[in-house]
Amino acid sequence: MKDAEKAPFPLDGGRARKKRPSKTRDNLVYAAVWLACAAPLVWLAFRAFTGDLGVNPIETLVRQLGVWGLRLLLVGLAITPAAAILRKPRLVRFQRTIGLFAFAYVSLHLLSYIGVDLYFDFGQLWKDILKRPFITLGMAAFVMLVPLAVTSTNGWVIRMGRAAWSRLHWLIYVIVPLGVAHYYLLVKADHRPPLVYAGILAVLLGWRVWRRFATR
Amino acid sequence: MLIRHRPDLTDNDVTDRGLYLRRREFITGVTGLGLAGLGGAASAAPLAFSKGFSTTEKPTPKDDITSYNNFYEFGVDKGDPAENAGRLKTRPWTVRVDGACEAPKTFDIDALIKGNKLEERIYRLRCVEGWSMVIPWVGFPLKDLIAAVKPTSKAKFVAFETLMRPSEMTGQKWDVLQWPYREGLRIDEAVHPLTLIAVGLYGETLPNQNGAPLRLVVPWKYGFKSIKSITRISLVDRQPPTAWNLSAPREYGFYSNVNPAVDHPRWSQATERRIGEFRRRDTLAFNGYGEWVADLYRGMDLKKFY
Repeated sequence: MKDAEKAPFPLDGGRARKKRPSKTRDNLVYAAVWLACAAPLVWLAFRAFTGDLGVNPIETLVRQLGVWGLRLLLVGLAITPAAAILRKPRLVRFQRTIGLFAFAYVSLHLLSYIGVDLYFDFGQLWKDILKRPFITLGMAAFVMLVPLAVTSTNGWVIRMGRAAWSRLHWLIYVIVPLGVAHYYLLVKADHRPPLVYAGILAVLLGWRVWRRFATR
Repeated sequence: MLIRHRPDLTDNDVTDRGLYLRRREFITGVTGLGLAGLGGAASAAPLAFSKGFSTTEKPTPKDDITSYNNFYEFGVDKGDPAENAGRLKTRPWTVRVDGACEAPKTFDIDALIKGNKLEERIYRLRCVEGWSMVIPWVGFPLKDLIAAVKPTSKAKFVAFETLMRPSEMTGQKWDVLQWPYREGLRIDEAVHPLTLIAVGLYGETLPNQNGAPLRLVVPWKYGFKSIKSITRISLVDRQPPTAWNLSAPREYGFYSNVNPAVDHPRWSQATERRIGEFRRRDTLAFNGYGEWVADLYRGMDLKKFY
């Protein structure tokens, strides 16, 4: 990702090299991150099977998957600032896992909307995409997320070349704002929750703008 | 005042003979209820009622009706009202009925419950958000209440207002809507025999989260028209402001009749999810009550008067 490339600190050097954590500890930390990302899905699945999704379970399922997708996208965007501010450059290695989990949640969100909510009524889906701005934006964000997920492997970075790969992955700065707008537009009256996400996003993007000017 | 509508009394409207014969018990029963009400307790009390005009569809389970509510005075999430509405003191409670009428009056809620012939009406309720329920209300026609104050010819609309009491209705501390919640009907809609003042649900007094101690039920309109916890009803000569219309005029019109052909600007109204069902079902014009209410809107462009 572009952030990593331009990081104002050595990505694998400096202090990190001096006291590199043990392989076992590294794996444990990675497992913890993986489990943390999967936990909301496991919890949702458990609630679904025990009939604990409330009075309108389909709505709860679709919304929860969407909200977790958005949260993980924001966590993904928070990694680079966190790595720089905390001087923990190796945090960046979690970006791919978190991004792919975000993609998984967003995909399930879309799938549950099409398969469970609309029950594969593709005519209605098409009408929704054309007529409902919040669905138009959500679909646009998903479509852009697909190539990022596909090219997330090391092989693709090499095949595309670092620069082109970074340019493609710059799309995340379009996708996440679209995701927040998607949420904002579906809310009936209480806009506070989507505005909280918008605020966090503004800070994460603002930090990047600030850094670009500050390190010039 | 002459109000024209089709003969609306059917066999369903006739008081059940068994109930008629037990009318003295009935009176004792509601008196007892009134006394129980003096304690100000929020616990549900049984109501005596006859069977009125109803759908034969299976009612939504009571737990669902009482735990999935849009009642922003108690919070914006659907689970909030069930959690927070217990704070509301529904006794003493009065409803002021005034405006263009000869005999404006302040009614005590227990006198209203005692003084009106209660009936059960099982109605479909369609929320503007795209879900629906079937709800066994207990109440009396709004037209009876309006007739009691003798409306004058200036009464063209009816304006309703919910209680304003932020200490108990904590959602009112924040202006997600312009408080107090207000709603309105045209006079012919208000005196339509289907238009109900509900004081009960599933045979018992109304739970707070469903709009205790009395609420409006207009089954052919989106749910938000059915204003809850009413303290004031005014007969007026022009269309009154309404809460959701003030909040988003392009999205929520004054009429807000259930209409699958007129979408909400942000989502389709063609289908709905009946709570408890998996597949969406088609939404019916006037929520399936067109046979009785479509005449009210003859000649009106319902795309314009949404």
